[in-house]
Amino acid sequence: MASRKGSHQSRGNGDKYSVLLPTYNERENLPLIVWLLVKYFGESGYNYEIIVIDDGSPDGTLEVAEQLQRIYGEDKILLRPRAKKLGLGTAYIHGIKHATGNYVFIMDADLSHHPKFIPEFIEKQREGGYDLVSGTRYRGDGGVYGWDLRRKLISRGANYVTQVLLRPGASDLTGSFRLYKKEVLESLVERCVSKGYVFQMEMIVRARQGNYTIGEVPISFVDRVYGESKLGGNEIVSFLKGLLTLFATT
Amino acid sequence: MGCSVLDHCVTQEAESTDVPPSLLASGLLALKFPIILLTMTKLLEWVFGVSVIGAAWALVTFDLLNLRLPVAYKEVAWPMPVYLLVVFGCYSLATVGYRVATFNDCEEASKELQDQIKEAKEDLRKKGLKM
Repeated sequence: MASRKGSHQSRGNGDKYSVLLPTYNERENLPLIVWLLVKYFGESGYNYEIIVIDDGSPDGTLEVAEQLQRIYGEDKILLRPRAKKLGLGTAYIHGIKHATGNYVFIMDADLSHHPKFIPEFIEKQREGGYDLVSGTRYRGDGGVYGWDLRRKLISRGANYVTQVLLRPGASDLTGSFRLYKKEVLESLVERCVSKGYVFQMEMIVRARQGNYTIGEVPISFVDRVYGESKLGGNEIVSFLKGLLTLFATT
Repeated sequence: MGCSVLDHCVTQEAESTDVPPSLLASGLLALKFPIILLTMTKLLEWVFGVSVIGAAWALVTFDLLNLRLPVAYKEVAWPMPVYLLVVFGCYSLATVGYRVATFNDCEEASKELQDQIKEAKEDLRKKGLKM
């Protein structure tokens, strides 16, 4: 079929992909991530929209988002800001309400997730009809840039404990680069109660519970282009508490 | 969840037929058990699994049913819990160690990103973005 080979052909079969971008102080990164999204979606021909959910960033992220809207069009860049920092789960709920696509991408706006994987996510989803496709740093040629030995050890160790305790059927639970069918995301977010890393884990665990199918795509994770990312004792403790809660309740 | 549906069925059935409700109730109680098995939390699965294995171990080691098993069985069974824990510990260390050692370092991804950032900034400046 000719349309499979042409990169500028429109993959018109009615699917539209909404990208949810919760932002907080991403004035520098937002234009770059939007530029990359427009580039890769444009090249692949899939229909899309980008929904920026800014939580009242004091650094003027919303203002930059408005400029981007003027450049790329109001049908492609939707702004749905909120007054203050209210958390990821509610940001997703808020974003879904305004999403006109039948599929939803969630990803980080700080350039740690690269939009070049988006066509791979979409192809993987179509290949298996998956309810959700999760980006994994731990399988295939997935990986991370910018982590020292300590960070890698903590990451792999925590993931191992999670695999033993929860047996979730996915290799990367704390990753947040994912593609969901819209109704699946809606149903899962309603049921999740945790925060932070554990929230992403809970989504996968509840998906497993609900017998949703999960596909995986190896991704590269480039940690913090503009600055240092810290993983201190507090985060580890709250991660373990969240993990044990999931262990005991699901 | 499933259990309350069953309870409801019991009362409905009892009202509409001559079968004594207690018989139906005990019959349906037997059906609740598989449902509990299917919807167990991970914690309960572990508790259940450990209890079964623990019971089997105690049975063999302490000869709880007076089975008069050969002494060899007891001698092998007695240190099993500690032995299995040690094996699991070693396996865990080896697995995590291997995974850390083979964790991919995405050098090219970082380089590619840096190049694309430059390209993006240039293009956006042309399109009128003020950064």
